[in-house]
Amino acid sequence: MAAPQVAGIPRAAKVVQPGDVAARLLTMLFAAIVFLLVVLLVFELWVGSAASRQKFGWGFITSTAWNPVTDEFGALPFIYGTVVTSVVALLISIPLGVGAAIFLSELAPAGPSNALTFLVELLAAIPSVIYGLLAIFTLVPIMRLYIEPFLKATLGFLPIFQGPAFGVGYLTAGIILAIMTFPFIISVSREALLAVPREQREAALALGATKWEATWDVVVPYAKLGIYGSIFLGLARALGETMAVTMVVGNSPEVRASLLAPGYSIAAVIANEFSEASGSVRPAALVELGLVLFFLTIVINALARLLIIATTSKGSKRP
Amino acid sequence: MRLRWRKTVNKVMLAATGVCTLISISALFVILAYLLINGTKSLDWNFFTQLPKATGEAGGGMANAILGTLEIVGLASVMGIPIGFMAGVYLAEFEDKAFGAVVRYTADLLNGVPSIIVGILAWTLVVVGMRHFSAFAGSVALAVMLIPIVTRQTEQFLREVPMSLREGALALGASKWKMIATVVVPAGSKGVVTGMILGVARIAGETAPLLFTALNNQFWGGLNQPTASLPVMIYNRAISPYEDWHRQAWAAGLVLIAMVLIANIAARLVLARGISVPRG
Amino acid sequence: MKTILAISAAALLSAAAAHAQKINAAGATFPAPIYQKWFGEYHGANPGVEINYQAVGSGAGIKQLTDGTVDFGASDMPMTAEQIKAMKVPPLHFPTVMGAVVLTYNVAGITQELKFSPDVIADIYLAKITKWSDPRLAKDNPGVKFPKDDIIVVRRTDGSGTTFVFTDYLSKVSPEWKMKVGANTSVSWPGQTLGGAQNPGVAGLIKQTPGSIGYVELIYAVQNKMPYAQVKNSSGNFVKASLESVTEAAAGAAKNMPADFRVSITDAPGKNAYPISTFTWLLIPSSIPDAGKAKAVKGFLQWMLTAGQKDCSGLTYAPLPSEIVAKEEKQIAQVK
Repeated sequence: MAAPQVAGIPRAAKVVQPGDVAARLLTMLFAAIVFLLVVLLVFELWVGSAASRQKFGWGFITSTAWNPVTDEFGALPFIYGTVVTSVVALLISIPLGVGAAIFLSELAPAGPSNALTFLVELLAAIPSVIYGLLAIFTLVPIMRLYIEPFLKATLGFLPIFQGPAFGVGYLTAGIILAIMTFPFIISVSREALLAVPREQREAALALGATKWEATWDVVVPYAKLGIYGSIFLGLARALGETMAVTMVVGNSPEVRASLLAPGYSIAAVIANEFSEASGSVRPAALVELGLVLFFLTIVINALARLLIIATTSKGSKRP
Repeated sequence: MRLRWRKTVNKVMLAATGVCTLISISALFVILAYLLINGTKSLDWNFFTQLPKATGEAGGGMANAILGTLEIVGLASVMGIPIGFMAGVYLAEFEDKAFGAVVRYTADLLNGVPSIIVGILAWTLVVVGMRHFSAFAGSVALAVMLIPIVTRQTEQFLREVPMSLREGALALGASKWKMIATVVVPAGSKGVVTGMILGVARIAGETAPLLFTALNNQFWGGLNQPTASLPVMIYNRAISPYEDWHRQAWAAGLVLIAMVLIANIAARLVLARGISVPRG
Repeated sequence: MKTILAISAAALLSAAAAHAQKINAAGATFPAPIYQKWFGEYHGANPGVEINYQAVGSGAGIKQLTDGTVDFGASDMPMTAEQIKAMKVPPLHFPTVMGAVVLTYNVAGITQELKFSPDVIADIYLAKITKWSDPRLAKDNPGVKFPKDDIIVVRRTDGSGTTFVFTDYLSKVSPEWKMKVGANTSVSWPGQTLGGAQNPGVAGLIKQTPGSIGYVELIYAVQNKMPYAQVKNSSGNFVKASLESVTEAAAGAAKNMPADFRVSITDAPGKNAYPISTFTWLLIPSSIPDAGKAKAVKGFLQWMLTAGQKDCSGLTYAPLPSEIVAKEEKQIAQVK
């Protein structure tokens, strides 16, 4: 997670010894395994999806068909569901996560701040299937009985809050994903905020700014790349999340405007259908969905890491 | 007037950040409380000693799944930790500029790959290759997830070993690999081991990669056989209509979370500083 | 530490179980309760044979058998000619029990047994009937006070023999269904539906979701005390799924069973025949190279056709008619 520190380590001993060459080659071999695993992964996804790519071409991305009887498959309902649930998650977790990160970096004393951050990070250690278990038995009934009827009654004129209250669906999956993503946003944003040099704060306060103004107008903008990075990191996590989403999204391969409607996600459809997809086209279509998800997550992850590296190497951390 | 307004905004917004923190922390406690309440009600001795009963029959336990999880995660660690560790040593100590960057980038990339996709890889390579589901196939999937975590953690902590220690060893005439083996690795071991524990705790709760690799088994299974695991059992039991299975899902959830959290807390006590292990 | 523990435990286990002939099977969830009971009982009586049955759905059973990743499969949809052609070793179909797909529901205030006509079922799943208060439901159920709630339609996410039996039935009773959707283990569902994984997943969703309706094997409704509907059969009678009504649906097939046992008994004639009935099959490769495995599988088949059949009624499945048992016993010899 931390930025690679390029400087400093002595590159070689004065005399190159045969043992060193051997050790270097040996560790390099293992390092190569890491690289080869990724090559293998891309290769398998590419080869495995061949039948689907040949049959549907780029139309796969925009088609809403998912018909095993006629062997017609399209990715749109799954891409849509993946994106919608992730966006819902971010709409909740960004304010919550950034707010908490500000509190933990700017207001709380170092000791309690570290302890509280540790607790938040424990949330990230909870397995996905346990979030699913809790969601099925607690969140889903609450959504169906209270939150969804309330949204329909107050905001029902909006197309995104219409239709029957299923309990499961895009919104419920998004809320669960929000709980799974904000630990990342808090943890990484806090690091970025802590990396803002002390003088920045002091200068603003000396000019008569309130604590909040100093934080919001000076410290947060200074750390903004790191905060964006934390958001992308959370997004990458949400996009690929499987079990919790599978258990509450409703598993319905359709594109619906209403957030209350049941939907599907890429990861969920792979989990549900991969072991039974027979014939040549359907398994390939599922693997192609995997390929789409793979590219989505690597792009988002790459952005996240670039942004995080850009900020955490800029300032000095609180001791 | 304006100053008072600014002061009010100041107070309101600062309070709001406190509320955000409170909500975030309470999420953890609500989750743990639910698991504790429902889990302890459901845990009994049979859970640890009995095999599962047929669909719909009450009673039985998850002894096979507990052992299965230990087997699958254990084997994944045996495969994943050495590879990850050695790759980490390479990145920290021997790195060539270009190839090092490639390995570092691919390790991060692999770390971000959704677990279900790793499941597809293990299915294609191991299940189809060996022509049957097995705990081994599940271990391969988990090892693929473990390797990049251990690689990057090892690299990070070895890099933090102070310059002066290395220079001292080299000045005494030690060869570089001796210096690494006798000075750098021992000095960084605390952090490296912590990283390994966190990595193992992270893969122990994974479900998606096991769905079509280790599958499940109502008997004991074995490394070369389909094998039950706690996460897959929780999934199976949670979506079912049976009250008794729900009870068992809660019990399994409590056992799994206890394993994962104890490992996390232990690791951080060892290190006595916070680090975060990103999940895919 | 954990690792050492796990490895030694695994070593111990494999040593202890070295004598057991381990066989892996996967497939239908429709008969899973009785299969798991059978495999447990059979292991108790013959500790040397351990058959691990994973209820992953009929579609997965067929797929895994085709890929050769399990020793045998199970399905409530007979394999199609095309599927059989894709297999290196042709499979033999062994009917094991008969069962019923029932419509179970969770409607506020309704505890009595509902009655459904075929066209009403089709139109609910075609999303043409969307409220419980629809007059066509009231017509079949005089005296029942339906709420105004939306009907939440539940169906399977995985490839399912139960889905095949249900859609096969709908294709027979509704030309529109046949044209728009068809019959298969997975179909493209019209309208807004909730998906559950396997029979337990569908039953779980219905139990949790007021206003929902879905289809599961009878035993899943019975075990969970969920109400299930009477369905109007081809003779115009409303019939409840039971051992007798399923057996009556199979009466015709029992007399004229095709040699390969691939037969559909949905919408069967008979005054009290339950219309969404089916056989369910074990799919056994006609050649099992491992002699030990072949012997174990054949031994189990023989036991299943005789002693095993006695377990049926306790789990609300209908036992096989004796004519079919006799035919199947002959087929066991074809497993080489």
